[in-house]
Amino acid sequence: MTQLAIETEGLTKIYGDTRAVDGIDLAIPRGGVHGFLGPNGAGKTTAIRMLATLIRPDGGSGRVLGYDIERQSDEVRSRVGLTGQFASVDEDLSGLENLRLIARLYGFRGAAATARADELLAAFSLDDAADRQVKKYSGGMRRRIDIAASLVVSPELLFLDEPTTGLDPRARNEVWDIIRALVRHGTTVMLTTQYLDEADQLADRISVIDSGRIIAEGTSSELKASVGSGTVHVRVMHRDDRDTARAILSKELGVELDTTHDPQALVAALEDRSGVTRALAALESAGIELAQFALGQPTLDEVFLALTGHAAEDEEAA
Amino acid sequence: MSAQTATEESAAPRTEAIASALTSVARPPRPSALSTSVTFGWRALLKIKHVPEQLFDVTVFPVMMTLLFTYLFGGAIAGSPADYIAYIAPGVLVQSVLFITMYTGSNLRTDIDRGVFDRFRSLPIWRPSPLVGMLLGDGIRFLVASLITAAVCLAIGWRPGGGVLGVGAGIALVLVFAFSLGWIWTFLSLVLRTPQAIMGVAGFTLMPLLFGSNIFVDPSTMPGWLQAWVDVNPVSDLVTAVRALMDGTALGGELAMALLWSAGLVAVFGTLTMWRYRDPR
Repeated sequence: MTQLAIETEGLTKIYGDTRAVDGIDLAIPRGGVHGFLGPNGAGKTTAIRMLATLIRPDGGSGRVLGYDIERQSDEVRSRVGLTGQFASVDEDLSGLENLRLIARLYGFRGAAATARADELLAAFSLDDAADRQVKKYSGGMRRRIDIAASLVVSPELLFLDEPTTGLDPRARNEVWDIIRALVRHGTTVMLTTQYLDEADQLADRISVIDSGRIIAEGTSSELKASVGSGTVHVRVMHRDDRDTARAILSKELGVELDTTHDPQALVAALEDRSGVTRALAALESAGIELAQFALGQPTLDEVFLALTGHAAEDEEAA
Repeated sequence: MSAQTATEESAAPRTEAIASALTSVARPPRPSALSTSVTFGWRALLKIKHVPEQLFDVTVFPVMMTLLFTYLFGGAIAGSPADYIAYIAPGVLVQSVLFITMYTGSNLRTDIDRGVFDRFRSLPIWRPSPLVGMLLGDGIRFLVASLITAAVCLAIGWRPGGGVLGVGAGIALVLVFAFSLGWIWTFLSLVLRTPQAIMGVAGFTLMPLLFGSNIFVDPSTMPGWLQAWVDVNPVSDLVTAVRALMDGTALGGELAMALLWSAGLVAVFGTLTMWRYRDPR
């Protein structure tokens, strides 16, 4: 019985002195989207490449759909699809030729390969560009042909490695729609991303990865709850009032408030929200005018900052 | 982006169609090793169709080589270019083809860097087939180079005694050897990280193999140490065998040696390549 889509124990990959993936334990159930969230260089892609049998682990073990990634790699390969920065299509060939090529490699012959390619091109709205070289495609079209190439035979598990990196918001939404359609169909999707809102939007569960290790795991709400019940953002109308407001708020809320670059703003993470109403009343009776008082769920950005000590998106691509 | 792509972007992917495409066809049976290799060979031909410039090296280079060596050395070595062509034609054909094999390595490296190769490696197919197919596709380029070299030699006075059959057999032997030599370059491209480095090492390897051979001059005129090298150089065996086939003279043990070397190259570098292929950088 194999209930799990992905199962790893101490999965490790070492490049020189760098432990690119440093002992990852995963137990990912079938169905839905599992997000792998982390900054560039965190080890997301290396982990995916090991799971997709493209590189061999230096330590630990992994099973994908019940098959050992080292000893049964061929079984794994025939059941998974892979799309990402490192699994692309031939940009010298046309979209149609690329899909025909993949279809033939999966065993479709002649006319059947062409029919399959045509069907996918139409579904991905690439039929008009079928005969054009992929290098002349726009970013969004390029990503669509990459995904289409992974669906020539329906994979049980699809690895999507940063599927929306570099796309404009609209093309990004299109890719999200595609992913949701795949999930509705029953495909399990393992998604890596460095965009917090993408993980928030798509993933049922998220593993946060940093420096080759998983530092947190859970649903988006669980991760948010782990850093307290929310954040309060306050802006006073007059900047001279800020210090007074800060003193009142920290007394009523029981937490230290941080100042930001904005000379009127104060921000704090809350352990519980019970003091909020009292704090507002206290500010009013002290005669402090407010420009803004906002109480929100923590964003994944804040989660990431709390977990790693550094922000998620401040590391630029190498 | 151009206005043209902007208008095409307006067509969003059809999610219902994608969902139905997932279930619409039964999965075909797994294709054979031969079938997938030939499919990758077909890809190489498609690339020639889209980027015909890559035929430049197999057309212009052999013509240049043949004319240059025949007229540069002909008078000094054989008294006249017309006499020299009879000696050099089979050798210059070998040289043209073997030189071109090194592009295999840099092409493969480009595939790896662009990410196409990981797509192929993620497929459930006979593992060496992308490489075998690539070398088969290159075989077409090598054939073009052979035919062009032969044509140039014929045009400037080469009259091979082996006739069409002899020349054809000679070319076939060159192609077999070139296919085998290609595995050195596939291995290099999985070890070295840039196409430039691969071309550098390949050029450095090919120089002594091609010039330290019996392609251009009779080894009996060389100093002893060089004769010793020429003697063990597999390219010399290949050239001697090709000459015998094309001239229609008696074949010596060199044919067997050339085939043995081919088998050895595939066995050693084919194995090394597939070993690196499982876990490349």
